[in-house]
Amino acid sequence: MTILIALLALGGLTMVLALMLIIANKKLYVYEDPRIDVVEGMLPHANCGACGYPGCRPFAEALVKGEMPPAKCSVSSEEGQKEIAQFLGVDAGSEEKKVARLACAGGNNVAINRARYEGISSCRAEALVSGGGKGCSWGCLSHGDCEKVCDFDAITMNAFGLPVVDEAKCTACGDCVEVCPKDLFSIHPVSHRLWVACKSLEAGDGVLEECEVGCTACGKCAMDAPSLITMINNLPVVDYSKKHQTQAPIQRCPTGAIVWLEENGEVIKGAEAKKIIRKGKLKMGES
Amino acid sequence: MNTESYWSIFINASLVNNFVLAYFLGICPFLGVSGKMETATKMGGAVTFVMLISSICAYGIHALLVAIDAPFLQLISYIVVIASTVQLVEMFIKKMSPTLFRALGIFLPLITTNCAILGLALFQTNKAYSFSQSLVYSLGAGIGFTLALILMAGIREQLEFAEVPDVVKGTALTLLVAGILSLTFMGFSGLGT
Repeated sequence: MTILIALLALGGLTMVLALMLIIANKKLYVYEDPRIDVVEGMLPHANCGACGYPGCRPFAEALVKGEMPPAKCSVSSEEGQKEIAQFLGVDAGSEEKKVARLACAGGNNVAINRARYEGISSCRAEALVSGGGKGCSWGCLSHGDCEKVCDFDAITMNAFGLPVVDEAKCTACGDCVEVCPKDLFSIHPVSHRLWVACKSLEAGDGVLEECEVGCTACGKCAMDAPSLITMINNLPVVDYSKKHQTQAPIQRCPTGAIVWLEENGEVIKGAEAKKIIRKGKLKMGES
Repeated sequence: MNTESYWSIFINASLVNNFVLAYFLGICPFLGVSGKMETATKMGGAVTFVMLISSICAYGIHALLVAIDAPFLQLISYIVVIASTVQLVEMFIKKMSPTLFRALGIFLPLITTNCAILGLALFQTNKAYSFSQSLVYSLGAGIGFTLALILMAGIREQLEFAEVPDVVKGTALTLLVAGILSLTFMGFSGLGT
């Protein structure tokens, strides 16, 4: 008798619940475009946000709605973008490859530390302590916050404590731009070959006392390419909207602060740039 | 019939007999989602919500089981009813409020079969709470759970910046912190029953 009660009660209960769920499933069904799932499956699932959407799924929704061309995803390969474009029957679009670039060249062989920082090994933390120990207030603090934040292993710290971006791996997601307390990173199309690798707002010898490769704001590059470069706040600012095919502006730079970046990752300095032959680290306060 | 006052039930459920730190129920979400303050808060909200629903369900089912004279079916029917009701509520929210659905997201189905939820249902039956007492009890339990989760998340966020010896890095450290946190909550035991 007890078994019968148990069977009936539980059987009845589950039947009622099952019925309830079946009805609810029909009545409360939310329609979602099935293509969203398929497109999401084709995306790289990096959820990096380089496309401007919070993750791959919102981007997939935008793709299906046709708000975005597949090429906006800088992580997926060209074949991947074409596949998505074919699936949705749209044009893949073309987007120039962008990479993160560092506006500092002051490694520990050329730039001086004025104070020793002891604490959490993080650029953000050091920057909070009156801007950090580095002589140059604008320079890289070398703790590698950018290396840690990079999801694609595109950033490595070199022997002089400066981050180096692997342009092949970089997806221009902008995480390093956000994390750097000194705002040294920015996202640029690879075709922007002319690059000012300094952010110091100082001018003249004040810069050289702290860093041998800083921009002294002499203005020679601006004189050599007046239509392309203007001096703003003691720094040359390149007008990237204009075509720049010539290496002329970098030639007379005395410190090599303005450089030409070759496609293969080589950094070319001007003919008059002071040669840096020191391989070791500078001592505290030594110049 | 239990004559405990609402205030006493609430304090008991949230602080003195905190589900996580005194009963050790719901340890998996406590360790799993306490890494970030934001997710901890959301999880706490979802748990409180599911606890309220399961409390109502458990009260109804208990009355039903007593009526057909089969209280031994309590455990199994609680599980079935709570799980399916939460499922139903999830569908309802998905339809009615996509924003809330996205906020609760994965946490709602995650918490459904948690031991803290079932524990709550069984405790309130054992203590013979009335309907309104059950509601206060589940609300207190949910808030206690959220409090434990938020405390833990706060500590773990601070620990990110601490230099920790290699031997206790990761889960070991989390368990140590959980133990100490639990120890401090034992200090409340003089307050209630």
